[in-house]
Amino acid sequence: MSSVLVVLEQQGGKWHRMSWEALAAGAELAGKLGLSVDAAVVGKGVGTLAGEAAQKSIGKVYAVDHDLLASYTADGYTAALEQLIQQTKPAFVLFPHTYQVRDFAPKLATRFDRVLVSDVISIEAAGSGVTFVRQLFQGKLNANFAASTGAFASIQAGAFRAESLAAGTAEVVNFAPSVDASVIRIQAEAPFRESSRAVDLTAAEIIVSVGRGIKEQDNIPVVEELAAALGAELAASRPICDAGWLPMERQVGSSGQTVSPKVYIAVGISGAIQHLVGMKGSKAIVAINKDENAPIFEVADYGIVGDLFEVVPALVAEVKKAKA
Amino acid sequence: MKIIVAIKQVPTRDSQLNVADGGKWIEEDDLTFEINEPDAYALEEALQLKERDGEGEVIALCLGPSRATQTIREALAKGADRAIHIEEEQLEGLDTLGIAKLLAAAVKAENPDLILTGLQSDDFGYGQTGVVMAELLGIPHATIIMQVEKQGNAIKVKRELEDGWFQNMTIPLPALLTIQSGINKLRYATLMGIKKAKTKEIKTVTASDLGVPQGASATLDKVYMPQRTKQAVIFQGGDDPAKAAAQLVEKLKFEVRVI
Ligand SMILES: Cc1cc2nc3c(=O)[nH]c(=O)nc-3n(C[C@H](O)[C@H](O)[C@H](O)COP(=O)(O)OP(=O)(O)OC[C@H]3O[C@@H](n4cnc5c(N)ncnc54)[C@H](O)[C@@H]3O)c2cc1C
Repeated sequence: MSSVLVVLEQQGGKWHRMSWEALAAGAELAGKLGLSVDAAVVGKGVGTLAGEAAQKSIGKVYAVDHDLLASYTADGYTAALEQLIQQTKPAFVLFPHTYQVRDFAPKLATRFDRVLVSDVISIEAAGSGVTFVRQLFQGKLNANFAASTGAFASIQAGAFRAESLAAGTAEVVNFAPSVDASVIRIQAEAPFRESSRAVDLTAAEIIVSVGRGIKEQDNIPVVEELAAALGAELAASRPICDAGWLPMERQVGSSGQTVSPKVYIAVGISGAIQHLVGMKGSKAIVAINKDENAPIFEVADYGIVGDLFEVVPALVAEVKKAKA
Repeated sequence: MKIIVAIKQVPTRDSQLNVADGGKWIEEDDLTFEINEPDAYALEEALQLKERDGEGEVIALCLGPSRATQTIREALAKGADRAIHIEEEQLEGLDTLGIAKLLAAAVKAENPDLILTGLQSDDFGYGQTGVVMAELLGIPHATIIMQVEKQGNAIKVKRELEDGWFQNMTIPLPALLTIQSGINKLRYATLMGIKKAKTKEIKTVTASDLGVPQGASATLDKVYMPQRTKQAVIFQGGDDPAKAAAQLVEKLKFEVRVI
């Protein structure tokens, strides 16, 4: 019987937390289709990790093991998983939508003449077909994509709950792919961090975060004043740091810091997923945006719809009044 | 180096989106369009690589309807040497795989040393056109690139990983890179550039010229505004910003308790 295969992600023997969310998505899909869900973990010496994954209530865990898979390469991973998929013929293949998956999964899907339905937020099943829901325009619009058996999809961070996975005992199956050194064309060096972080946003109780709605560098004092009035740290979305208007170390999001202050005030930030993953865990979220449909309002507890250049100075005045 | 840059035209960033009748796509009539942001950075990187080398060619490649000519002209004005426009008014029947097949077919005869694409598009956001193109062309690729340096017959790149990590890698040419926004500083087109662009070649081909089999392995059934699941307390700051500010401060003081 065919199953739903979920490719888990590990690096240097450590799990990527989104692996479990993808596995939860796989279990849900398998449940809807009356199939079982299997997992695969790729690397060198991944037996222990496979054993850990086998403590979930799933069918099988494939330990895809090879010396040349010790560190990630798109070529190596694609070659190995292509063989696993050819042999096990899963009905659907799911991945967590990580940077690594973005790097190899489209290549793998192409080997099967399939598109990777990427960054999926929910899955509906009807008959033997499946509908994957994903976001367009950085979260402003949703779209349903219909795909038949054999489809590949990656799961957005936070879209499924890892806690929904029940404990169990799955069978570990060793899978030894044949990978030839000549297929790996890229020489990758060890990952590194740019510099130590002078600013630790994770300790802040209040964060005022500014996005592209601020329009130009000369306007930054508008939000600086709000931060000062509240005694808050200043943070930013990526484009602000890319432009050099604020230092990189103040960037919040998937490629910046992950914060969870008592309150996070997002000013002129649209709420793209790469930003949301860095601040969704805040105890309270305030959004100030002129677009009432901006995705940031979806995660906000409080919001003001309006022009930040009018709203923020008014807010500064009110905060000062309240503190007086 | 002969460098091909794939560029896409998308609705301008702050566009108000409305679902069109039939629910399959958005209303396009009132929209304005611009180059996809990461593609603008890919184009800039190609131009800088050529300038650093002191020789080479930059070719802009665009799949899109006739309106995309505007975006192609802008790329030429910034310094691309020529362009290939795969002109198709109807792209609805294609998924990213189908699109990448067309793009790959169009570049094959060019035999470029390097292909650059943006890392994802602002509209569909599939984030895979480049990776699929590389696979179809049988060349290596790397994604989310923040730095590119030519080293003989190879390139050294800095790839962005999650949470502020990076990785350097060396890739033999020919290769494909997907470029991250912010990798460089974008230039503006000069008046001279705009003038020169008018004389530069735009080769127009159609999907049927390229002879790529059509079809999709995932089809877009419908688009719709997302349902809000979390109900935020919203204050309208349009008419009376001071009142909205006072209401919010009240909440910050008594509910969130940070004032
Ligand atoms: C691999 C990858 C990694 C990334 N990592 C990160 C990351 O770590 N952090 C991050 O933030 N992004 C990251 N991004 C970028 C992310 O996808 C978005 O492009 C970015 O977050 C958008 O920033 P923004 O909200 O400031 O700008 P925009 O999306 O341009 O939003 C601007 C907002 O301001 C509003 N606005 C405009 N004018 C006004 C006004 N006068 N008053 C009030 N509101 C106004 C608009 O309505 C809009 O909602 C990453 C992207 C990729 C592909």
